Amino acid sequence: MNKRALFIIPGLLFISMLGLLLFGLGRDPNMVPSALVNRPLPEFSLPGLELDAAESIALITPEDLTGGISIINFWATWCPPCHIEHPYLVEISESEQGLSFIGVNYKDDLNEARLFLEEKGSPFKKIIVDLDGSLGIDFGVAGAPETFIVDSFGMIRYRHVGVINHQIWEETFEPVISSIQ
Amino acid sequence: MRKLFLLFSFFSFFWACVLPVNAAIEVYQFDNDSQQERFNNLSDQLRCPMCLNSNLSGSDAPIAADLRAEIYEQILDGRSNEQIIDFMTQRYGDFINYRPPLNSGTFVLWFGPLILLLAGLLIIWRMGKNSQKLTPSELTVAEQQKLNDILASKK
Amino acid sequence: MRTLLNTPLDGTDLNPLLQDFGLIVHPPFLYMGYVGFSVAFAFAIAALLSGRLDAAWARWTRPWTNAAWAFLSIGIALGSWWAYYELGWGGWWFWDPVENVSFMPWLVGTALIHSLAVTEKRGVFKSWTVLLAIAAFSLSLLGAFIVRSGVLTSVHAFAVDPARGMVLLTIMLIVIGSSLLLYAIRAPAVKGSASYTLTSREVLLLINNIILVVSTAAVLLGTLYPLIHEAIYGEANRVSIGPPYFNTIFVPLMGLLAFALGVGTFSRWKKTSVVYLKQQLSKVLIASLAFGIVIPVIVTSEFNISVIVAVVLAFWIVFSIAKDIFNKTSNKETFFKGLKALSLSYYGMQFAHFGMAVTILGVCLTSHYSVERDVRLAPGDSETIGNYEFIFEGVSLQQGANYQADRAVITVLRNGDEYITLEPEKRLYYATQAIQTEAGIDVGLFRDLFTALGDERGDGSWVVRIHYKPFVLWIWLGAIFMAFGGVLAITDKRYRSKKTVKQSQNESVLSGSSSSKPTMAAES
Repeated sequence: MNKRALFIIPGLLFISMLGLLLFGLGRDPNMVPSALVNRPLPEFSLPGLELDAAESIALITPEDLTGGISIINFWATWCPPCHIEHPYLVEISESEQGLSFIGVNYKDDLNEARLFLEEKGSPFKKIIVDLDGSLGIDFGVAGAPETFIVDSFGMIRYRHVGVINHQIWEETFEPVISSIQ
Repeated sequence: MRKLFLLFSFFSFFWACVLPVNAAIEVYQFDNDSQQERFNNLSDQLRCPMCLNSNLSGSDAPIAADLRAEIYEQILDGRSNEQIIDFMTQRYGDFINYRPPLNSGTFVLWFGPLILLLAGLLIIWRMGKNSQKLTPSELTVAEQQKLNDILASKK
Repeated sequence: MRTLLNTPLDGTDLNPLLQDFGLIVHPPFLYMGYVGFSVAFAFAIAALLSGRLDAAWARWTRPWTNAAWAFLSIGIALGSWWAYYELGWGGWWFWDPVENVSFMPWLVGTALIHSLAVTEKRGVFKSWTVLLAIAAFSLSLLGAFIVRSGVLTSVHAFAVDPARGMVLLTIMLIVIGSSLLLYAIRAPAVKGSASYTLTSREVLLLINNIILVVSTAAVLLGTLYPLIHEAIYGEANRVSIGPPYFNTIFVPLMGLLAFALGVGTFSRWKKTSVVYLKQQLSKVLIASLAFGIVIPVIVTSEFNISVIVAVVLAFWIVFSIAKDIFNKTSNKETFFKGLKALSLSYYGMQFAHFGMAVTILGVCLTSHYSVERDVRLAPGDSETIGNYEFIFEGVSLQQGANYQADRAVITVLRNGDEYITLEPEKRLYYATQAIQTEAGIDVGLFRDLFTALGDERGDGSWVVRIHYKPFVLWIWLGAIFMAFGGVLAITDKRYRSKKTVKQSQNESVLSGSSSSKPTMAAES
């Protein structure tokens, strides 16, 4: 090998590292990927939250969520960002009648949750009660709010972390939904 | 505006652990010391999925507490470390494991340093062999003169 | 006069984590280290440009490198010590990107110190030494980029500003890119001139360099690997690289380094007789094996192989130092006359090496023998670890300057006698509403008693963290020895006046080095 070539190696390594760092600047380092995308819904069987009855009657299972595209939203009254996204969720659930919005009331006080929904309206068709956060762990949830798109076969297709607003709905949710319709 | 919003959503997500590391101190009762040790090791090895680069034992985020509780229950149920780590990676991906698994994607990571070390030692060995064969470099006339002067002045 | 509307009564306050003396002095020390490396870097570029890559260049660079390295040693130790007592988690190093980027210049700086010695004394490995000088400074710049740009997730992300990332990246491209280009053009013409054998000090120092550079490469690879992995496999498959990886790779490398250190101590320039090395090392080896195995087994009455390896290596270093000092003084009339005749830079080297042994012991023993308990205690309850009994007396509310604190009082008994009172706090800072633990620590040479306060659990009981951490102080004590060694080496008399410098230059010519000759041929 040409000896001179050896002395170019440090420069080449540096340039490739620079390229890598440039790539790094364009990404969000704090995004946590989801291991569940393109996997079926986890098994669960949990009570629902009824707005008018103290006790729920039937248990909700993954079978209840198939047959159409569902938007599963993890929320809680103790979570300030959930309060921020709530009015938008109500609005979108009214305009997007084809989607079934499923709420997961995540580690919350059930009475507070009922009060909250009665006061501000409920975007949800069904509300699953996850008192101890175990469904959250099965979904790979890190906190609230998080939102999943599930296709009609019960397959998770997308996970969104954080608040949903108009722009995020248009830019990230709508393309995914139209691709699986 | 979009930037501002991203910033806002970033902080709203991490609001639960504004102070990223703040020891999580809680009490778990184990049947024996080895269970306690396994619990400590697992919560050191697994990453808090919400906070900025801290492990479960070093985070006071609610999800970290939930996952510690999950580890605790699984240990008491008699599940092995591998089973518990599998459980976690199935839900949170390899991201949650601070010890990346060995596969084609991490081969360079795990074996790169060893290969580099061996290559370095090989180069040194060959350089040493070659250098032994070299005769000491000849001094130039000027240097020989200088050396003579120095030797003379020392006497 | 104009008055501002809505003048705030109070500012938003500095992050409470940072309102601490340890963290006030930590950044300036690191910064001094980086600045020192920039001088070494400037010398390297000047030498490349002028084509005079000679012993004089190495001699000028050495004190600056030593000073930078000493500051960096203290700076890193301060950061680690601060994390230990301020974060209330009882750890002292997490291999976080921000920690790693301060550690990498230190590792390369250590290699540079050793390689400069060879270049100055023997006029070989010049292009390698120049590359290390460039690398030490480049890694400092990389540190600035990673800390400020937020490109990697870090627990220490205190002042992240992605917009600044692009600026720093451009600076790196210009500064490092041009110097590496200059290096690629100029360095091939540099020729080393002296010959050496496989058992020479030259080769042993080169082995030291290889181990340190591989360690740096491993730390860099582990730090940047999440990015590399994501660039190849996409963001859905992120991986995390943490302490389990770094410890697996780094600890054996340091063991190898410690072993090479002992051999290197007895090696000579140009050629060391293998018989001599064997004769010197066999005694050191037997002594360190004997002490390193017997002491841990007797004290702990268990056979833990990784502890024994670490303790043997620590003794290996210490006994090599002792034997070498003994060898070097034995031809003088008295031991003390012999000690006086040794140069300050020699003492500097031995102090720094001794520091490494101290740090090895600290890291190993505290990792293996720490006892960590998180317990729920009501006033009057107690917890016993070894011969210490911790009695929880209760918690009271205290007012601080800009915070209020729950302060616990924990009385510690040693063998039943009252020994000390520890007062861990949990503070609530008014301005940020942030909660901050303040550990209560009894620092000792052979063990720390560490207490931190958790949450209240009703009925007056609290969750309390109690750690017994043997030899933890030695981790930072070792760094102090190392830094002191670096300072001693700078104060060596050959750096003091022109006259003495000239004299020792003559000596180096006499010792067979052709280093005073400008060895880089003019570019053809």
